[in-house]
Amino acid sequence: MIDARGLVKCYGDKVAVDDLTFEVKPGIVTGFLGPNGSGKSTTMRMIIGLDAPTKGSVTVNGRAYADHPAPLHEVGALLEARAVHTGRSARNHLMVLAATTGIPKRRVDDLIDLVGLTDVASKRVGGFSLGMGQRLGIASALLGDPATLILDEPVNGLDPEGILWIRNLLRSLAHEGRTIFVSSHLMSEMALTADHLIVIGRGRLIADVSVADFTRQASSDLVNVRTPEAERLRALLVGNTVHVTATSPGRLEVIGLTSDEIGDIAQANSIAIHELVPHQASLEEAFMELTRDSVEYHTTVRASA
Amino acid sequence: MSTIELLSPIAIPMMSADESAKLRVTQNRVVRSEWMKMRTLRSSWLTLGLAIASMAGIGIIISWSTANDWANMRPRQKARFNPLADPLSGLFLAQLAIGVLGVLLIAGEYSTGMIKASIGAVPRRLPVLWAKLLVFTSVTLATMLPAALITFFVSQKLLSAQHIQTTWSSPDVARSVIGVGLYLTVVAALGIGLGAIVRNVAGAIAVLVGILLVLPVIASALPQTWGDRVNKWLPSNAGQALMSLGSDNTTLSPWRGFAVFCGYAAATMVVAAVLLKRRDA
Repeated sequence: MIDARGLVKCYGDKVAVDDLTFEVKPGIVTGFLGPNGSGKSTTMRMIIGLDAPTKGSVTVNGRAYADHPAPLHEVGALLEARAVHTGRSARNHLMVLAATTGIPKRRVDDLIDLVGLTDVASKRVGGFSLGMGQRLGIASALLGDPATLILDEPVNGLDPEGILWIRNLLRSLAHEGRTIFVSSHLMSEMALTADHLIVIGRGRLIADVSVADFTRQASSDLVNVRTPEAERLRALLVGNTVHVTATSPGRLEVIGLTSDEIGDIAQANSIAIHELVPHQASLEEAFMELTRDSVEYHTTVRASA
Repeated sequence: MSTIELLSPIAIPMMSADESAKLRVTQNRVVRSEWMKMRTLRSSWLTLGLAIASMAGIGIIISWSTANDWANMRPRQKARFNPLADPLSGLFLAQLAIGVLGVLLIAGEYSTGMIKASIGAVPRRLPVLWAKLLVFTSVTLATMLPAALITFFVSQKLLSAQHIQTTWSSPDVARSVIGVGLYLTVVAALGIGLGAIVRNVAGAIAVLVGILLVLPVIASALPQTWGDRVNKWLPSNAGQALMSLGSDNTTLSPWRGFAVFCGYAAATMVVAAVLLKRRDA
């Protein structure tokens, strides 16, 4: 459980995070979305106390991260795959972190096996690929068997197999009742992994909704129809609440009717339908729609300031 | 709530309730972690090896060559030779190696990004700084004091061939030899403090060299009345008073000088601690 209240972070004049309030609940995967530079990483850094908020506060399971006696057991974080000394081996890196809080040696080996770094565990991290570094970062995040996981762009640099593995890992962890907070700019990835979304743009909260609601809200009820009798169908469909536009010969865009209703009307009038496609906005499109608004909003604010 | 099925759940190794109940960050555990950090980097061994080699190697070479060449040396050279101070002159190079290693141990974490993992694991932060200080000053004392002792005794053995040696019980000797170990231990603390303040390896090394080596050179260009007043208070001059032979008004008394040097190091550590606590990592 992560609880952020009125979080603000300024770097000089620049407001990186602007009055963010949200909760991240246990047992589900919560996606943290926003375009590059929207304040996702800064927010995550504030959760584990790397950066101090300019205003506001954030707690993990009721306490500031630094006030937990066993921080690694409370929160596991992957903020940057490169938060590692390049001259140390992967195993030694994990051993060094484990030592701070009394995590047994055996667990370090278990995690090295889990993330698939067994063969390179005694090699210096400097020679690791981005994907291997990411796997080491995930092993260090899981080290303390934490109740909460915070992962900043965990699929960066991973191959498709690795991405699938992360997706399963996150869902498995959520299944065990842990709190999973994962940022990404890959909307398609979030659609497959997350249950809930927190969307920010320019440091401000834009949406705090379930993935299903988010997609539903954003999708218009537009239906694409292809028929040889476009003119006749159009005349039949058009009405007070129904808009029909002919996009090209034989093609119509209908707003205000479901595809079922259109199909029924066509059948009742013996009009052949070659294509009937309800347009469901993808998470990607919904996200672009939302963040574009936020950018415009902020531009206006700036102009008036 | 879940709309996506779990295809192939991954078995994440869990800790037993017993094990996880014992998890807790303690200063002792952080010290153990810092000790492991130091041991597991090649640069630590190289730099520490360089410090020992400078300390012992230079002194022994000086003593060996002096003993061999004694018959051919001019009277003035013979008069200038000091059987205590000359064999200990490796100190001037060793202090750089020790200071640089102190800088590396902390600024190296900033340059690689490791500091984020360190502070993430110990978010109260200060235990990390204290642990680094304790580990590295202990390692320095435990290696450099023996190195100074070995240098001294091997050198006296070599010099005894020409009957120009001194003895442990002679005035200034014990204090100077042990002083080398103590001085370098404080240099170690200075390196840690500067590394934590500057957070950049090259920058912190430049400051370290500036304080230990360049300041005395600049101060020596001052007019003599000024120089006599200022010089003795400079960190390295104050610290090296511990190895002085006899005393005059251009140096502080040995233990007073050492106390001043410790004061500089302590002030550096206080600034480092305040900044570590205040700044974003």
